[in-house]
Amino acid sequence: MAFTLYSLIQTAILCTNAIAVLHEERFLSKIGSGVDQGVTGFGDDPGIKSQVLNLIRSVRTIMRVPLIIVNSVSIVLLLLFG
Amino acid sequence: MDYAVTQKGFRHQPNVRLRNSSMEVSDGNQLFEDTSGCGSETSHHRNQRSGPQAAGFPGQSMLSEPMSNLAMAYGSSLASQGKEMMDKNLDRFIPISKLKYYFAVDTVYVGKKLGLLVFPYMHENWEVSYQQDTPVAPRFDVNAPDLYIPAMSFITYVLVAGLALGTQNRFSPELLGGQASSALVWLIMEVLAVLLSLYLVTVNTDLTTIDLLAFAGYKYVGMIVGVVAGLIFGRPAYYLSLLWCCAAIFVFMTRTLRLKLLSEAAAEGRLVRGARNQLRMYLTMSIAAAQPVFMYWLTYHLVR
Repeated sequence: MAFTLYSLIQTAILCTNAIAVLHEERFLSKIGSGVDQGVTGFGDDPGIKSQVLNLIRSVRTIMRVPLIIVNSVSIVLLLLFG
Repeated sequence: MDYAVTQKGFRHQPNVRLRNSSMEVSDGNQLFEDTSGCGSETSHHRNQRSGPQAAGFPGQSMLSEPMSNLAMAYGSSLASQGKEMMDKNLDRFIPISKLKYYFAVDTVYVGKKLGLLVFPYMHENWEVSYQQDTPVAPRFDVNAPDLYIPAMSFITYVLVAGLALGTQNRFSPELLGGQASSALVWLIMEVLAVLLSLYLVTVNTDLTTIDLLAFAGYKYVGMIVGVVAGLIFGRPAYYLSLLWCCAAIFVFMTRTLRLKLLSEAAAEGRLVRGARNQLRMYLTMSIAAAQPVFMYWLTYHLVR
């Protein structure tokens, strides 16, 4: 159970990578986050599902470019230092 | 012997260089009002200290030349400029002024809060009192969250863990750092999980991240009590005191979070139907129930 801060960073990178590689057509449309639906329910209570889909979509939009940089840096570091 | 050096950026009063002053240089404003009774003389004394950082400097003859005087003035003005710039930039990343609120505690508050963490059953009024829209400082209100107790109890937990490992002959100095970073990682993950679940349930609350950090840090008090009892009296005492502290923290968290997360009606105890309130109630319960789990998880390996 010896967690370190480094393992926290690793977990964060892996989780954001996992969210970023979800395929839109095959997976997200099935769940219901298609382009044409999902944003129309602006009622009083958005509901958990639309919140989750919102979160996934915003994470994918924001973190694409920084993830590329962070992944390349970590690949280089792992190659150099094991 | 005494130089009157006025510095740009410091208060404009003649600064007397004290020969053997061993006090560190900070800027003359005190961070908090001094609620202890005897602080007035020391604060007055502290206002009259010298500006440059070279207090207690040996070799007085070197300082009588005007060139070194000029150099000293220039150096200290550079230092004060750098300090201003750093203060300004640091405030953008870590909200220092907000953090100051959480450390505005005094002994009476700490005593009452510790008693509340261990025995919350008699306390009647759990609301945080406000003063014109801003919450009152923790010094004046027992219900306000603070960061002093969590920080101190975290450090104490690391030390007590080292002590407990030492009694089992498993101690080495690296283990202290390992325990500290382990507990810190669990704390960060718990705060992130609570933030995520608050976002998903769309609760309109005024709980900030630092508040959540404070609430998550309160369980370290119970953990310390359990481990110390286990060290002194043996394993049954550890289980008993941990059970007591788990129940106390559960009640404490439920009653505190109920006022912040639930809607007005439900917080007063009336039964309000509706999926949303039910979800919020589940959220409160699960946050409170996660505390005993963490308390056990982080201490069971210390008392064998």
